[in-house]
Amino acid sequence: MNSQITYREAIRLSLREALQNDARVFLMGEDVGRYGGAYACSKGLLDEFGPDRVRDTPLSESVIVGAGIGAALGGMRPIVEVMTVNFSLLALDQVVNNAATLRHMSGGQFSIPLVVRMATGGGRQLAAQHSHSLECWYAHIPGIKVLTPATVNDARWMLPAALKDPDPVFIFEHAMLYPMEGDLDQLQGPADISKAALRREGSDITLITYGGSLFKTLEAADILSKDGIRAEVIDLRILRPLDTETIIESVSRTHRAVIIDEGWRTGSFAAEISAQIMEKAFDQLDYPVARVCSEEVPMPYAKHLEDAALPQPERIVKASREMF
Amino acid sequence: MKTEIAGIKPEITRQIKFDLLRDMLRIRRFEEKSAELYSLGKIRGFLHLYIGEEAIAVGAMRVLKPEDSIVATYREHGHALARGISMGSVMAEMFGKENGCSRGRGGSMHLFDAALKFYGGYAIVGGGLPIAVGLALAARMQKTNSVTACFFGDGAVAEGEFHESMNLAGLWQLPVVFLCENNLYAMGTALDRHQSQTNIAKKAESYGIKSETVDGMDVLAVEEATGKAIELVRATSRPYLIEYRTYRFRAHSMYDAELYRNKDEVELWKTRCPINGLIASMKEDGILNDHDLSEIESSIALEINQAVEYAEAGKWEPLEDLTKFVYTETLNFEL
Ligand SMILES: Cc1ncc(C[n+]2csc(CCOP(=O)(O)OP(=O)(O)O)c2C)c(N)n1
Ligand SMILES: [Mg+2]
Repeated sequence: MNSQITYREAIRLSLREALQNDARVFLMGEDVGRYGGAYACSKGLLDEFGPDRVRDTPLSESVIVGAGIGAALGGMRPIVEVMTVNFSLLALDQVVNNAATLRHMSGGQFSIPLVVRMATGGGRQLAAQHSHSLECWYAHIPGIKVLTPATVNDARWMLPAALKDPDPVFIFEHAMLYPMEGDLDQLQGPADISKAALRREGSDITLITYGGSLFKTLEAADILSKDGIRAEVIDLRILRPLDTETIIESVSRTHRAVIIDEGWRTGSFAAEISAQIMEKAFDQLDYPVARVCSEEVPMPYAKHLEDAALPQPERIVKASREMF
Repeated sequence: MKTEIAGIKPEITRQIKFDLLRDMLRIRRFEEKSAELYSLGKIRGFLHLYIGEEAIAVGAMRVLKPEDSIVATYREHGHALARGISMGSVMAEMFGKENGCSRGRGGSMHLFDAALKFYGGYAIVGGGLPIAVGLALAARMQKTNSVTACFFGDGAVAEGEFHESMNLAGLWQLPVVFLCENNLYAMGTALDRHQSQTNIAKKAESYGIKSETVDGMDVLAVEEATGKAIELVRATSRPYLIEYRTYRFRAHSMYDAELYRNKDEVELWKTRCPINGLIASMKEDGILNDHDLSEIESSIALEINQAVEYAEAGKWEPLEDLTKFVYTETLNFEL
């Protein structure tokens, strides 16, 4: 059964379902209750589930995430909403030093079934402090999992999978995606959170991306098809643990790869993918791997500058055409 | 120093004091042995000794129940032992052996025991407080009667996480007791060089949290005050803060040249040693003699020897297991 809904509605459906299905699940974060969520993802949930299960918190990112870890240790299934990745920097200590390490430091005695959701990415003229795309930093950390739903279906079905996972899962929702409509498979059930997805099949070049850049990449693939270049598009979906198999399998068929990543180019997640391709499929390449990333500049406010700083379909097309 | 235990018969008082003395001496001798093993290279990494502060862990741990949760710092050997983690598994942990309480993955600063609800040694100053708030939140939401005890130093009070945690615990009325071990120094920085308000208990007021200052060199005072505080937290599900005034007799860690404090100050505090104090008062009351004391000492010495043997006998984890315990291996948690 399919229907058209927005990404935001998909998240709301998944939150509601989680709260309905399991008394241990609760949602907490800044403005998740009365305000309805900074991106309206939790609108209506406070009325439906009450203030014990939908908890407005003070502006205290560190204790929100840390209390999420503690509550998970104590037998609950918290969903923590950190308004955006920009603010999550104030909670990084809890992420890096506690969420990611407790299981290991204790010799496997504890699991931390915590889910942390946050918005990420630029493109809305919010300037240098509100436009970060720092998933890559999180993907660097062993001990946590990093999901980047790019489609309505993943927005709907990744959360239940994350809640089933006994380890801390971080979900990055690109802010540009919230109003986008897409197909929802209402009957699908919890998503497989171990595999990348082919969003478009092709035989000439592999375009590898995730999150908010997926739709730009699909647009680029459309343009390329008019030139007779059949591009395959991989949506990574999960940055950690990374499904390199799907990447290598595709690149071994197409022999060309462009990686599209909204992070800054230096030390980007694209750099990691590129290295994986060199290590595992170097002989398969007909052309050096290319990267389309954000320019090395704090995000400017002016629209034309912001557009120029971010990956765009034209830049993806240009980088791809150069390989032929 | 307190000598009476209110409302308790003299023979029971004697037993309680005996137990407190034994528990403190156990930590003291264990720490002395650890320092020795450190210089022999058996223990590596950072080692923070609890010598001088034993009254706090011992007094507080006695009034916590099995269902209560504990969060501690990197200076937590005393807390671990007082909670009931065996000496052998703490020693083995510091040796880095598989039979250590964290399988050698944590070391001195990261002791854990799930069964004893000992949620660990945290080595990022202030980092344990938010976890304690979360444990208390879970207890509250599950309507259990358990209290979370969170130990931290005076240095942590300067961290944002202290203030965030106090505020949230006060706001949500969570059953957590904040136990500040104010030993007057954060590494080499004296309290009055890192706090604009050196009365830590007073800070709780601004979060609507009740608090008090307790003599951390007096184990009976610690036990009594902490016991009352915990029962209040349990009964009202409101947080509480205790500031224990204490002093560490040894260096901050094994790397510290102690340039920041003078010997007279250290010697003065040593005259207030919680162990010597209790011994003197028990002797004065005629409930302890040298023979009793040497019996306690020899049983502790035996336990320590056995702990070292246990640690020596432990295996090194095989290298094939290096990347274990990063993620849970069996999935499908019950949803
Ligand atoms: C966030 C952080 N900053 C700095 C350090 C280095 N450090 C380790 S212990 C310590 C002093 C902490 O003092 P206090 O909280 O009073 O505890 P004590 O060692 O006196 O028991 C410092 C600065 C750290 N571990 N974590
Ligand atoms: Mg201190």
